[in-house]
Amino acid sequence: MPVPILAQAPYLIASVQSALTDADLIGLQNGLLDEAERRRCRGVVVDVTALDVMDSFSTRTLQSLAAMLRLRGVETVIAGIQPNVAMAMVQLGLTMPDVRTALDLDEGLAYLQARPHGSAGRGQ
Amino acid sequence: MDSDIRVPIDGELDILTARQNARELAVALGFDAVRQTLIATAISELARNILKYAGHGEILLRSDARNGTRGVTVVATDEGPGIADLALAMTDGFSTGHGLGLGLPGTKRLMDDFDLVSTVGSGTVVTTTMWVRRA
Repeated sequence: MPVPILAQAPYLIASVQSALTDADLIGLQNGLLDEAERRRCRGVVVDVTALDVMDSFSTRTLQSLAAMLRLRGVETVIAGIQPNVAMAMVQLGLTMPDVRTALDLDEGLAYLQARPHGSAGRGQ
Repeated sequence: MDSDIRVPIDGELDILTARQNARELAVALGFDAVRQTLIATAISELARNILKYAGHGEILLRSDARNGTRGVTVVATDEGPGIADLALAMTDGFSTGHGLGLGLPGTKRLMDDFDLVSTVGSGTVVTTTMWVRRA
């Protein structure tokens, strides 16, 4: 199921609703890149609360997305990785060191809002 | 065993199907939520390996028992090119498929038992089990 992208200027919010196919993930990546460009966004929150698995492909796709957006001066926050999912990711070796994460969507937006405009950091 | 569930892996949608079937079996066997997620994640990686290296194959899910403990055994089979250097394939960071190289060693870390048999030119079979932890 494609992921809806909501605009909340100057940010974008992508709320994942259910398990994603690889095509959905690539679609999300391309959609966010396009929308961020079109709306001159400063930040993006991808809410993955609904995901019950994050494997190597989904993690790599989100890392690439964050890296691409950062090169355009847009910061990405991955919000809502569930505790069980985080455990499985770390055991698998997926730690997303260069990507900013947040407890949930609200915390993700709060982080972007607290950030000085025009600086896309390197995450933690 | 009549509880065997066979999921053909021929495309990316089959990864989700295998994952869902595994989670349902894990729930039925009494796994807690953490270990359900570990199993589902391991199966995702095994199914990806099949697609990436062999193009198609099968994930078999079986409820298992040992010394009064129940478990789920996953057999991932393909008839792909096989793995020339098993030790190298089990090394973190090694990949010939442009991935992160975490698939096999990562899957081994997620599960309790892990066995890999591969013959160059005829395919690969990964057999891995997770046991229900007694509280």
